[in-house]
Amino acid sequence: MLLIPCPWCGPRDEAEFHYGGQAHVPYPEDPAALTDEEWARYLFFRDNPKGPFAERWSHAAGCRRWFNAVRDTATNEVLTVYRPGEDRPATTERRRVADGPLGVTSAPRPVTSQAGAARPDSEEGAPPGPKRGAVGAALGAAEGAESLPAGTGTGAGGAEFSGGSAAGQPFRHPTRGRIRRDQPLTFTFDGIEYQGYRGDTLASALLANGVIRAGTSIKLGRPRGIFSAGVEEPNALVQIEAPFPEPMLPATTVELYEGLVATSLPGQGRLAAEPDPARYDAVHAHCDLLVVGAGPAGLAAAAAAASSGARVIVADDRPEPGGSLLGTGELLDWVAETGQKLAAAPEVRVLRRTTVFGHYDDNHLLAVERRTNHLGAQAPEHVSRERVWRIRARHVVLATGAHERSLAFADNDRPGVMLAASARAHVNRHGVLPGRHAVVFTTNDSAYAAAVDLAEAGVEIAAIVDTRSEPGRWADRARAAGIEVLPGHSVIGTEGGERLTAVTVAPYGESAPRREFAVDLLLVSGGWNPVAHLFSQAGGKLRYDDTLGSFVPGTCRQAVEAAGGANGTLDLAGALAEGAAAGARAIEAAGYTAAELRLPDVTAVPPSPPMHVFLVPGEAGAPRFVDLQRDVTVDDLARATRAGLRSVEHTKRYTTAGTANDQGKTSGVLSSGIVAELLGVDISALGTTTFRPPYTPVSFAALAGRDRGRLLDPVRVTALHQWHVDHGALFENVGQWKRPWYYPQGGEDMDAAVLRECRAAREGVAFMDASTLGKIEVQGPDAGVFLDRLYTNMMSTLKVGMIRYGVMCRPDGMVFDDGTVIRLAPDRFLATTTTGNAAAVLDWMEEWLQTEWPELRVHCTSVTEQWATVALVGPRSREVLAELAPTLAVDNDSFPFMAWRDTTVAGIEARVCRISFSGELAYEINVSPWEAPALWEALYEAGRPHGITPYGTETMHVLRAEKGYPIVGQDTDGTVTPQDLGMSWVVSKKKPDFVGKRSFARADTVRPDRKHLVGLLPEDPGTLLPEGTHLVTDSVLPAPPVPMLGHVTSSYRSAALGRTFALALVKGGRDRVGERLYAPVGDRMVPVTVAGPVLYDPEGARRDG
Amino acid sequence: MADTTTRRSPLEHADRFAAVTRNSRGSLRLAGLPFLAQVTLRLDPKSPAAEAVGLALGVPLPLAPNTVNRGGELAVLWLGPDEWLVVGAGAAAGLVERLRSAIGDEHGAVADVSAQRTALLVAGARSRDLLARGCSLDLHPRVFGAGRCARTTLARAQVVLVARDGLRPGFWVLVRSSFAGYLADWLLDAATEHVGRPTLQAGRSGP
Repeated sequence: MLLIPCPWCGPRDEAEFHYGGQAHVPYPEDPAALTDEEWARYLFFRDNPKGPFAERWSHAAGCRRWFNAVRDTATNEVLTVYRPGEDRPATTERRRVADGPLGVTSAPRPVTSQAGAARPDSEEGAPPGPKRGAVGAALGAAEGAESLPAGTGTGAGGAEFSGGSAAGQPFRHPTRGRIRRDQPLTFTFDGIEYQGYRGDTLASALLANGVIRAGTSIKLGRPRGIFSAGVEEPNALVQIEAPFPEPMLPATTVELYEGLVATSLPGQGRLAAEPDPARYDAVHAHCDLLVVGAGPAGLAAAAAAASSGARVIVADDRPEPGGSLLGTGELLDWVAETGQKLAAAPEVRVLRRTTVFGHYDDNHLLAVERRTNHLGAQAPEHVSRERVWRIRARHVVLATGAHERSLAFADNDRPGVMLAASARAHVNRHGVLPGRHAVVFTTNDSAYAAAVDLAEAGVEIAAIVDTRSEPGRWADRARAAGIEVLPGHSVIGTEGGERLTAVTVAPYGESAPRREFAVDLLLVSGGWNPVAHLFSQAGGKLRYDDTLGSFVPGTCRQAVEAAGGANGTLDLAGALAEGAAAGARAIEAAGYTAAELRLPDVTAVPPSPPMHVFLVPGEAGAPRFVDLQRDVTVDDLARATRAGLRSVEHTKRYTTAGTANDQGKTSGVLSSGIVAELLGVDISALGTTTFRPPYTPVSFAALAGRDRGRLLDPVRVTALHQWHVDHGALFENVGQWKRPWYYPQGGEDMDAAVLRECRAAREGVAFMDASTLGKIEVQGPDAGVFLDRLYTNMMSTLKVGMIRYGVMCRPDGMVFDDGTVIRLAPDRFLATTTTGNAAAVLDWMEEWLQTEWPELRVHCTSVTEQWATVALVGPRSREVLAELAPTLAVDNDSFPFMAWRDTTVAGIEARVCRISFSGELAYEINVSPWEAPALWEALYEAGRPHGITPYGTETMHVLRAEKGYPIVGQDTDGTVTPQDLGMSWVVSKKKPDFVGKRSFARADTVRPDRKHLVGLLPEDPGTLLPEGTHLVTDSVLPAPPVPMLGHVTSSYRSAALGRTFALALVKGGRDRVGERLYAPVGDRMVPVTVAGPVLYDPEGARRDG
Repeated sequence: MADTTTRRSPLEHADRFAAVTRNSRGSLRLAGLPFLAQVTLRLDPKSPAAEAVGLALGVPLPLAPNTVNRGGELAVLWLGPDEWLVVGAGAAAGLVERLRSAIGDEHGAVADVSAQRTALLVAGARSRDLLARGCSLDLHPRVFGAGRCARTTLARAQVVLVARDGLRPGFWVLVRSSFAGYLADWLLDAATEHVGRPTLQAGRSGP
């Protein structure tokens, strides 16, 4: 959603504006002097540049002013706006932070922290760290399998570890985790009942029960296990069955609740068949700073801004803030303290369980808050289950962290293969051990910390297998903890079915000597991918970071910056400092002063650089999976590159890698790395595939929100609506209006009701609610001139007290709208429009006034709903009116056709117009809608002796069609001129110009074979032609292409004619009157005769009663 | 105008509005404000007529976009650079007369639009939250405090939003009469969370 700066109202959502095409294309001074070609160029040709483009916009839902904007058509940025009549500003450079109303720009930012945030002491400044330390790789110790540890392997039920954990949760750690052990919960997975705790995810609860297999792969049917602890999960997608069906949720993100019923899913899930009873809603929010992610960087950013008075929103997808710290168990006091500080700050809003899933133009971000999902059946009915937040932020700090990357090694998909940091998170967040005996396979330092921590928690770490030959200080630390480290090694294969049983290891790049470890867990870390999804969605460019071996945020035109893991800063101290600095910068740019912030001290092991590995050499034959969810392997990618594909966008589409509902969070960069390796190019040259919203799947129910049922679309009703309802009317939708369609009586069907209503209007008296017609007051000394330019006929000559019918065309000469114009005073007219075009005609008038004819002293005001209108129709209408308006002279001479009078009707102030849309004697009585029910009841009462009959839109259509009156939008479709309608009489020959006039002289509009509006009489007077039926010349269809003559636009049964009839647009129709044509209806060829359009009372004898 | 006893407001939600006020324990107050006098005024703000009109009304025309000037019984709302809405109690006819005579021979336009829109009161501590469900404007008191107004969109209806004077949050919502029933239903539904139980099933069909 763009934020467009209205020159008067300031920045507003794009949805409030109406686009008006290229600016500075003035209406030609003398269209008559132009050649057809020049005129066609004005009508139909516009520039279409890439880059800055001057356009006209109208603030249609605001101040209703037209203005000009220069928009970059490539980026959608609005570069400048200016008022009509002003010259286009010479400079069309991009807005900088200072000049845009919201400063929607961001330059690449230096990492200097002049901000108040104090960067904590830390030895981890520069990423590379000590080079090639003296830590010798004790390769010799790796040979032989004699040290093969004994492990139980398969998960289910083994009660080896039982200290203090709940019965039946054999993998529960006795003390760790943030679960509520006082709140046990019962849930069912694949038909088996289990126990877990509040604070578990479905995945962690399953792991606690020894269940790691959580699915079956979609194509190959291989068992798959819980792979992660978050949104990146590719395997453990589940179908929630109770309390309400929901498909394809990652078990790692589903908070456990009492009574949860879920099943594992091979592939797609299943939507509920019944309507969702839960509420969903949406809310708009605005802030100076939006922090996405409440991990160390995000919390530091928010804390830096919290007490400044700036409006801050912090959104985090987990139930509690802390991010990666919850997974590592570090700085939890600081997390709690910061959380309290944020909760207490008056202008700070912390949104938990809230995933920011889309980052759009002008820092418009969409987030979904899961408000009651975690309560299961206990969710209160009146609270929305999910809420979509539409956030407009002046600045955004993306502290979205990083996802650990997997590695492509042989049989890397067995249940028990898990991302290393995720395993650690399961321990520290949920108090769950994902297995008992583990091998850790890594290319970088981060998995060491996980290994050490897991070992402390009781997981036997059989070995750390590091592809690096010199792993550095962390290896010393691991060894000190009693863990064997195998530098320069890699995993070359795995064994197991339902669960991993063994891992085979060999020196990196070789197949021997091998060691096999009997383990039930293989923890993998192939490095880290910054979560740059939102940055990329925002239009930011990613760059390849050679140190990190992944893609990190580069520059973005929006006011957004990434901090911490999302920015490739993986060390904790660095992330804290970067977050605090980013938060401070953002609010200082918004004019606030950041407070001094004390960040916690962090001590860290000096890092060693990671090794950039994607494809792990191994034996041929075993699959090496890249995208677990789509079952895409290295071989699949190799087939793609052998087929000649050279772009990751193409290999993605060829193999489907990255197209599953996890959108390649674990596989995307891995795919790029492997494709690069297969092609022999550098990954930095290859890039990644495009990130598009949503970051994680969002349910349609959440997106629909409250816009369903009766709130889906506004229903507009007139002041008389209740009467229509009470009297059994069926309604027709006309735009958003509900209009009475017909009023069936005593079991009548539509045909019978409409014939009855038509008869009443032609023979007695009938009345209808015509309030929906558009009404525009046109005031000012130049009102007559103005209307002369817009209508095809002359309006300035209309006398006060009289009414004239008029037609408006577009500049191309095609009919746009029609209606009557009343002259109220020398400088005041009231124009009526068709129901559907009321807003469009007012916009049309304003557009011409504001952009082309600002010199005209005219103002237009919509008064559509200031008046309720009742059409009183039929030969007895005069008697009914006379009775209710005793002071009104109703005789034909005093009150002639096309005159109007102010009077009182039934004691109500009224303006009565003698106009007719049926050919009968008729009046339109206009009163205040506040009084309309009283008027209507009075008419109903006074008309009763004459059998007054309410009628609806269907009868109105029949009556007007019998008279050949076209309805704009039904009998016209934007390709029809007044002349085509047989209404040359409404096109002025005297006026030098009016909108559309020049087009009537174009070669195209004077073709004799243009389609004309004509009447059609089916040969069988009982046959009703469906509207839209085509017309052909012959009774037998020739071979295609069949020459089409035109089509039926209106078709009815006529009480007055005693037969069916139709209106149609037919090529050269007026020259075919009397001809027989054929209308293919189904497999029948219905013969019809062409007639003039006026089939009833062609001499107009009934008009005056 | 004729006998006011026959007048009917486009909004007949009084009972349901009162229930929200009651059940939200005052955090929300919804009410219809029917039959206000509303007159559209169009003129060049630099013309002598602008000053004359201000004098005639006893309230100068607000010239800053999206602001309101108040005086006596009248509120004058900026709707556009040459457009204002004069809102008051009582009949519009007198107001129209005053404005027309103040404009005199200058170019300007005056139109009675009292029935074109109807007014709703949305007040209470949660009123901003309620409106934020369907209004993309920033309604924070720093941005949209007393003295501010805006023509904008609320839910799927165009409205004129006016921040009431005073310390406690409250708004007038002026909405086209034909949309009033829809908007009232929308507000009642939006209030569900503050009221403690559903006041309207969003899934119910029919008008």
